[in-house]
Amino acid sequence: MSSPITYLTRHAQALLGALGRLLRRPLGSVLTVLAIAVALALPASLWLLVKNAQLATGDTIEKAEQLAASARARAEAGTVTVISADAALEEFRTYSGFGAALDSLQGNPLPHVITVKPKPDYANPRGVESLQKYLRAWPEVDSVQVDGEWVRRLSAILDLLREVLLAFAGLLALGVLVVIGNAIRLEIGARRAEIEVTKLVGGSNAFVRRPFLYEGFFLGLLGGLAATGITALLASALAEPVSRVSALYGGTYALSGLELPEAAALVGLAALLGVLGAWLGAARLLAKIEPRD
Amino acid sequence: MIRFDHVFKRYPNGREALHDASFEVRAGEFVFLTGRSGAGKSSVLKLMTLLERPTRGTVTVNGQETSSLPVRAIPAFRRRLGIIFQDHQLLMDRPVYDNVALPLMVSDTRFRDIDKRVRAALDQVGLLDKERVSPAELSVGEQQRVGIARAVVARPTILIADEPTGNLDHGLAREVMQLFRRFQDVGVTVLIATHDMALVREFSQREILIDDGKVFSGARTETAS
Repeated sequence: MSSPITYLTRHAQALLGALGRLLRRPLGSVLTVLAIAVALALPASLWLLVKNAQLATGDTIEKAEQLAASARARAEAGTVTVISADAALEEFRTYSGFGAALDSLQGNPLPHVITVKPKPDYANPRGVESLQKYLRAWPEVDSVQVDGEWVRRLSAILDLLREVLLAFAGLLALGVLVVIGNAIRLEIGARRAEIEVTKLVGGSNAFVRRPFLYEGFFLGLLGGLAATGITALLASALAEPVSRVSALYGGTYALSGLELPEAAALVGLAALLGVLGAWLGAARLLAKIEPRD
Repeated sequence: MIRFDHVFKRYPNGREALHDASFEVRAGEFVFLTGRSGAGKSSVLKLMTLLERPTRGTVTVNGQETSSLPVRAIPAFRRRLGIIFQDHQLLMDRPVYDNVALPLMVSDTRFRDIDKRVRAALDQVGLLDKERVSPAELSVGEQQRVGIARAVVARPTILIADEPTGNLDHGLAREVMQLFRRFQDVGVTVLIATHDMALVREFSQREILIDDGKVFSGARTETAS
């Protein structure tokens, strides 16, 4: 008796019914969607922060690689490694996958790089500073960068930030579950009579649950879209100040916003949380109209 | 069709609603279930519709022993019953048509068949012209008939009615009873819980009396009609 068409029709009915109910109480729906959106926009913005911090430091680490000097004789210098521009380019060619693009270049745009690691005795701010002063005095040297420690610190901070982000995201995802679960619970409470009758005429739990799952899905989906919008708005508002700060430091850093796959992941996750929240909200109430021993 | 074998029902609050209740309703029978309110009638109905399971003893409906039925099989079990409530339990936010179609929507009935059967059921209770109307706009008697159409639309083998005439005057109650008789005529087993003794006497069917949790299964009386 049960054909795929009948089955799909039942789903379409549940879907349309869920949409209809959401539209019939617009204020409640909008408030729920907003609550979800805000809860999701927070970790999404945090994610942007972490991502941009990584992109920005990635740039600086590359520059730090340009640390130059050729002062093996210096007392402070311990290990000194030279990376020629050609070697750097070769390495770049091998690992970047831009071989063809590099071949079209006129010359080698990369500078020679010398890395100097201070001797343990001089591995302190004063020793490093004197080494830096010495190296900078050389006319051939474009720039001297003291790095290492602060890069390590920054990356530790980034790691911490990422953990914080994960914890926040987990908490806020839980929040979304609660928000949706509660919305569905209220909805089920309001339609209790209908559910009882449906079950008494032989409606299965799956049948009764279906429209609520769709409702949760839509709430999550809309919340995810709104969260994407909020995050994009935030990113575009910050783009101008960020590029101004970057310009002050002689850079051309442009804030990277949410990209399409990231936005899609956010919306998809929100919809998933919606379905899950609806399921949790419905589970307890739906089990109530079962026979007891 | 319906069989109670030494059924005891004790609720969690300690109240014993049924004490060693045994009776049988055979296929195609028309039976009144009578007794004062609180005597155990509704417990019998709940046991038959699997809203409750017996504490002891066995309840068999449609050849299916209810105590051994897993929860997931309950929907299919209930689809073979037509249940009518005293307060009709219609969904007021939907038209009559949708209310009657509900038992078919929860099963896997195809759309074409749903339409045909909803109309047939509405025709049987004389409300074919009211299919687009909201139940709220109908009279009490009409609402009860919509409830009956919903109960029979999935062609159940057993019709169970809980005080179906409780809110109706005598004239309307008779009409409803005659409607039930017509379903019996086409082979449906009908069980009606009621305390309307005038009606029971008038329709002179077999009576199962429940008093203080005990069953006094009446003899079959010949129909007067």
